[in-house]
Amino acid sequence: MSNILVIGELGGGKVKKVTQELASKAAELAGKIGGEVQVALIGNAQGAEELGSFGVKKVFQITSQKLEQYNTEGTVKVLAELVAEQKPSIILGTASPMGRDLLPRLATRLEAGLASDCTNLDIVDGKLVATRPIYSGKAIVDVKFETAIQMASTRPNSFVPQVVAAGAKAELVALAKDPGELRALIKEVLKGKSDKPDLTEASIIVSGGRAMKAAENFKILLELADVIGATVGASRAAVDSGYAPHDMQVGQTGKVVNPNLYIACGISGAIQHLAGMRTSKVIVAINKDPEAPLFTKADYGIVGDLFQIVPLLTQEFKKVMAE
Amino acid sequence: MKIAVLVKQVPDTETKIRIKGDSSGIETDGIKFVVNPYDEYAIEEAIKTKEKNGGGEVIVVSMGPARTVESIRTALAMGADRGIHIDDAGLQADSHVTAKILAAALQKEGGVEVIFCGKQAIDGDCSQVVQGVAELLGISQVMIAVKFDLREDKKGALIQRRIGGGSQEVYDVSFPVIVGAEKGLNTPRFASLPGIMKAKTKPLAVLKAAELLGESKPRVSFVNYRLPPERKAGKILQGQEPAQMAAELVKLLREEAKVI
Repeated sequence: MSNILVIGELGGGKVKKVTQELASKAAELAGKIGGEVQVALIGNAQGAEELGSFGVKKVFQITSQKLEQYNTEGTVKVLAELVAEQKPSIILGTASPMGRDLLPRLATRLEAGLASDCTNLDIVDGKLVATRPIYSGKAIVDVKFETAIQMASTRPNSFVPQVVAAGAKAELVALAKDPGELRALIKEVLKGKSDKPDLTEASIIVSGGRAMKAAENFKILLELADVIGATVGASRAAVDSGYAPHDMQVGQTGKVVNPNLYIACGISGAIQHLAGMRTSKVIVAINKDPEAPLFTKADYGIVGDLFQIVPLLTQEFKKVMAE
Repeated sequence: MKIAVLVKQVPDTETKIRIKGDSSGIETDGIKFVVNPYDEYAIEEAIKTKEKNGGGEVIVVSMGPARTVESIRTALAMGADRGIHIDDAGLQADSHVTAKILAAALQKEGGVEVIFCGKQAIDGDCSQVVQGVAELLGISQVMIAVKFDLREDKKGALIQRRIGGGSQEVYDVSFPVIVGAEKGLNTPRFASLPGIMKAKTKPLAVLKAAELLGESKPRVSFVNYRLPPERKAGKILQGQEPAQMAAELVKLLREEAKVI
């Protein structure tokens, strides 16, 4: 059997968009190797059968009281059991905080090769070939597998969810599994203030650099972000100056992002920043300095004072989006 | 308390990457190599943990070619006690092979209660070795750690892990544990001049990677190294009224790029 197992992710009791993206890519790959696409979910999701429209045949919903909160070792154990039963030849997951934690350990357990944080996947001569950025996107490499089970995690927004069978329902298989004795228990979860998608999953990002001059000035970026449904990021210079917390940092020692639209405000475009956002589909630069290196990489740009331009953009977007 | 730090030497973040003529890797001539930035937080946390514990030993473990010794000395100058250099000359390593060798070195050392490392190395960006070592040693892991508090009984720690969207999970873990350090965990100290002098005479053992590896083989191979497609400059608006440029940009994003 050459089935593909997708490790799905849930948010708010529903299947996340990243899983729909990955299921769509998996369906395309399955077509090339003649297998079916299956999804594994930890917990129950509302409407999980609708993954059928993306080409998924089966959804395994693994439930265990012990896994109501995420646990690395427990999740590895139940997934390893599922893999032993289903024998997929390819296992795919998302390069999310969960996937990055879980998949390397699962791969080690399964004696499988793993390519992390990929931006594309293909089948060549019946085997998976994964494409991934290295050196934070300063170079690209293809990964080939030497193992029976081939695993990859992919970056959010790498693929477009494709409905291939409108209205089709995936078969739901409920599985009760024992994650064993758990160590490393979560004592509490400290909720972030933002209900926006994480930078790594955001489809639109508005980012500020050193030119923001102060933490409170990020308010104008937040206002723009609210209007266009964006998540706010920052450059390393802005973070190191104390204008923004580190979990907002985009770049080589921050988050690597992959949005459809990246609006950089007062960011000159240092090599390590560019590394973190260069796969953005459309880049917009707003900077006072016409010589800012980012202008040579941007699809669109405005030479001007961000404190003037950004509020004008917010106003303009408000106007046209109300139409 | 025995504390280990796993360190990797990587090209500096300012490095411009060049690809070898046969696409088999990158040109390393002229590259400035530094301690992987995330590993600096690991080194700092290891030293801090030893201080809080009121004693113990910090062992720096690093695999790589001869130049790797510079990074071990940097950690020793910051305050680590001794180093282990795993010489990987002639070895083809992927994340699995690296994890296997590091786990074997830690097993050989024995009795290590806490292992700190960076959450990922900024060269390969795989972020797989830490979890691999955890699995091979059969111990708990906490990745992307931004806070580490030694428990009162000194037999475990409360560790905060960043999970995205500004949220964090707080773990209560008994040792042994391996921790993947994220930026923000601490502010790494600079090596003092006396520290640098002392580092020169601290013990440094050398192990052979091939001997630690045993029968294991790489599970993946990297081929066809290349540079990403160059992005070209697009439409840059300037010299007009700000309001006019803002309106033009919004129009372009909606009608030409169709991203909003």
